[in-house]
Amino acid sequence: MQLIPCPWCGPREEAEFHYGGQAHVAYPEDPSALTDEEWAQYVFFRENPSGPFAERWSHSAGCRRWFNAVRDTRTHDLLAVYRVGEPMPELGEKDQVAS
Amino acid sequence: MNLRKPTGGAIDRNTLLRFTFNGRALTGHPGDTLASALLANGVHEVGSSVKLGRPRGIVAAGSEDPTSLVQIEAPFPEPMLLATTVELYDGLEARGLAGQGRLASLPDPARYDAKHEHCDVLVVGAGPAGLVAALTAARSGARVVLVDEQNQAGGALLGVEEYLDDRPSAEWVADIVAELRSTPGVLVLERTTAFGMYQDGFVLALQKRTDHLGFAAPASVARQRVWRIRTKQTVLATGAHERPVVFADNDRPGIMLASAARTFLHRYGVLPGSRAVVFTTNDSAYCAAIDLAESGVDVPLIVDARPEAPARLATECAARGIEVRAGHVVTGTEGAGRVTDAHVAPLGDIKGRGVAGHPDTVVCDTVLVSGGWNPVVNLFSQARGKLRYDAVLGSFVQGEELSSVRVAGSATGELDLTSCVRQGREAGEAAAIATGFTPGGQVPLPVSDSRCTQRSGLVLWRVPGAEDASFVDLQRDSTVADVLRATGAGLRSLEHIKRYTTIGTAHDQGKTSGMIAAGIVAEALGVELADQRPTTFRPPYTSVSFAALAGRDRGELHDPVRVTAIHPWHVAHGALFEDVGQWKRPWYYPRPGEDLHAAVLRECRATRESVGLMDGSTLGKIDVQGSDAGKFLDMLYTNMMSTLKVGRIRYGVMCGVDGMVIDDGTVIRVGEERYLVTTTTGNAAKILDWMEEWLQTEWPHLDVHCTSVTEHWATIPLVGPKSRDVLAAVAPGLNVSNEAFEFMTWRDTVVAGIPARVCRISFSGELAYEINVTAWHGLAVWEALMAAGEQYGITPYGTETMHVLRAEKGYPIIGQETDATVTPQDLGMSWAVSKKKPDFIGKRSFARAENNRTDRKQLVGLLPVDPTVLLPEGSQIVETDRLPEPPVRMLGHVTSSYPSAALGRTFALALVRSGHERIGETLYVPVDDSLVPVTVTDSVLYDKEGARRDG
Repeated sequence: MQLIPCPWCGPREEAEFHYGGQAHVAYPEDPSALTDEEWAQYVFFRENPSGPFAERWSHSAGCRRWFNAVRDTRTHDLLAVYRVGEPMPELGEKDQVAS
Repeated sequence: MNLRKPTGGAIDRNTLLRFTFNGRALTGHPGDTLASALLANGVHEVGSSVKLGRPRGIVAAGSEDPTSLVQIEAPFPEPMLLATTVELYDGLEARGLAGQGRLASLPDPARYDAKHEHCDVLVVGAGPAGLVAALTAARSGARVVLVDEQNQAGGALLGVEEYLDDRPSAEWVADIVAELRSTPGVLVLERTTAFGMYQDGFVLALQKRTDHLGFAAPASVARQRVWRIRTKQTVLATGAHERPVVFADNDRPGIMLASAARTFLHRYGVLPGSRAVVFTTNDSAYCAAIDLAESGVDVPLIVDARPEAPARLATECAARGIEVRAGHVVTGTEGAGRVTDAHVAPLGDIKGRGVAGHPDTVVCDTVLVSGGWNPVVNLFSQARGKLRYDAVLGSFVQGEELSSVRVAGSATGELDLTSCVRQGREAGEAAAIATGFTPGGQVPLPVSDSRCTQRSGLVLWRVPGAEDASFVDLQRDSTVADVLRATGAGLRSLEHIKRYTTIGTAHDQGKTSGMIAAGIVAEALGVELADQRPTTFRPPYTSVSFAALAGRDRGELHDPVRVTAIHPWHVAHGALFEDVGQWKRPWYYPRPGEDLHAAVLRECRATRESVGLMDGSTLGKIDVQGSDAGKFLDMLYTNMMSTLKVGRIRYGVMCGVDGMVIDDGTVIRVGEERYLVTTTTGNAAKILDWMEEWLQTEWPHLDVHCTSVTEHWATIPLVGPKSRDVLAAVAPGLNVSNEAFEFMTWRDTVVAGIPARVCRISFSGELAYEINVTAWHGLAVWEALMAAGEQYGITPYGTETMHVLRAEKGYPIIGQETDATVTPQDLGMSWAVSKKKPDFIGKRSFARAENNRTDRKQLVGLLPVDPTVLLPEGSQIVETDRLPEPPVRMLGHVTSSYPSAALGRTFALALVRSGHERIGETLYVPVDDSLVPVTVTDSVLYDKEGARRDG
């Protein structure tokens, strides 16, 4: 059972958390201005990198706050956690987010 | 046959334990395992093999044993235990198994539980290395947990009779255990197997607390406990398992590992047989041969596969009349049950592995085998540590350093006792330092008197011979022939071969067979084992019962049950209940002699003709407050909520960004900055999460706060033409007239003396009021309504009647009529989708081409042409009265189907392709072997004009 460091509560067991998919996918400013394809990109398409991945998590059985985390999808190691609205922290050379 | 030595062993010879095996009455002593007691009674054959039915005996002395599976019959039936790990108790009844056991048909009366433990240093294994690691860490002040699967500490020392520092090794062990137990912050758990190692120092261990007490086990003590240990540092001192060598007919009872024979001799005072041939590739089996010879076993021959025997040990053997034949192997055995002869022949050219010459036959009742030692790296691998093949040991070993997991002792492949202890000390020190403690009081290294200066032997996986009788996995009846068939079929990966041959998939998970299988595969493929990727070790290390994993989470503690404030009344009045999420909801209230059908028709009729009431307290309720609450709800709902006036109510639909309906319910405007939102019972938590997600991640600037108030309110829909009269009787302060209290408005008032909020909403099409009071008073208000309605025959109804009443009106239930592919337009609810709002969640998707196809599945009503036919929910709908050749085009499916008192017939709701255009058409529903004709109708079947709403 992995420990996930909630930026508000500290390390807690993963069973207390819910996964929220890719982070930094903002709701479009004006959906009506988008083409069908652009809207479909927002609704349906997400990255699936092998390596560091910025994701949303919710401490749903704890403080119930959403936060962001960078997780290495190969190892499940959490490389960084940060609060909503904060920029993604700088990662080391080997942990660069795959694009 | 009595094979118990007159003296020796850690057993209590003064106490006799009676037990039965396969119906035979036998005796043993405290300290015995079932296996040692069987061997003492001359019983070597325990069961038979799963596929071939060949006799199976006892191969090892511990949890790595592949064969001694037994079924416990008394005190309580338990399948698939190893005789080598069942501690003997008085009255034990057991049977040998043929690879498969039988679960008890009665509930297990024993209690199981779980306990959380946090520590600085966890040490797994209380052998010499683990003991010293634990003591070293403990002396530093670290919080230490030491777990060991045996009933006493000592590890490999339990199976030998050796001295440490000129005194029995048991005394050295006892001193360390005593110091550990007296050190504050140290927990020593015996009979406790660490069976799973996960991320971030999380280790699961199973403690068998009362299994060994048998009938005397106190009912008040949990039989087994799962320890959930979170540790900062772990020292794995898990030891090594002796590895056999595969040869023809290597599966007969009487053939066992050399170290197992030594353990039975020294720990239990039991001789494995009367005449033993020893077959080895390394030095360690010599010790077993010498010990057994000194205990009176006839040991005529040591067969050593190496070209040269170790000189000093060979001399010692010669002095005891044991012949040593170097460069020889056992090529086969004889025996109807137990082994009676071993065939011995020279091993030719090592590379070619050919056997040269004719075998000699040696009469024996025991063959002891040693092919070297496999470090127990299971937990290290579970912790995602990489393994490496060590060609000298012929085994996988730790292949990388992990920052929080250290390996010590023979688990590293080290065979020398003093070196093992030194490793334990170093690991204990390093673990203490890593957790911020300073090691103090160094544990001295003991000096061993062992005659076996261990050195690695020859790596030999198998002796050439009859491949289909050379067993690799004795439990799975998998042979060398099976392995070669797999490689011959083109399989190269060990993971694939494991699944193809089933090697390593039995209760023992290949503890003695996995490495050999890997070796044989590498030989067959002509590849280096170092280049083969080992199979991944997965939890559990040893079998764990479901009862232990469930712990206290069974029966009524399995899942929380939520009940409403009015629940006791429902129970007292004979309601049957339906589970909705964790809620118990009254389903219907049968009168004597009524079935579901009859009760629901009665409840429906009473409600439509007079008055009924139901417990709607489970409805999800979310209090939404803040200056931006209206703006927020405008984004969540497809229709406009910010324009709702205080005192009024609006029905709303919520969609996902894909435009599919996720929930519906009413919204009450309580104040300028306050709304009360209701959700479907099953979606309450999901919708609150949905709101929080948008507020926190997209619109943190909005001043809105949401909180669940579901359980704060008792909610009672009062439904039917007489509901106004009943409400008037209990709410004298409320003007209940249609003009003063309009549909879709709410009033705060007093009902039956209790402050209440009454909403005029209807989920049935009838005149209806939803009475909300604080949950504390829910039961009192319910009873007051029942009393006030008595003159009208007020009828409580359950969820089934609610479903029928709403379906007659074509009101969908989210999750029954919808399945995440249904839009509001599909449901015929375009009226609930705002055209004015610039945006809301899902709006953009409504403009997608896919959402505007005319052949989308749409909600319609279905009337079977025969009004007595009830369509099964979930039935498919087809276009023709005769099924064409497959594939048959499916037009949709039946989502709800009921008999209706109001319509005097059956009816259904369905999702049908282009359903709205098909109204009036006849379609067909396959039911059993016939095609039932149905007429497509509008989804609203009762009171289309809505005349009943205002009473």
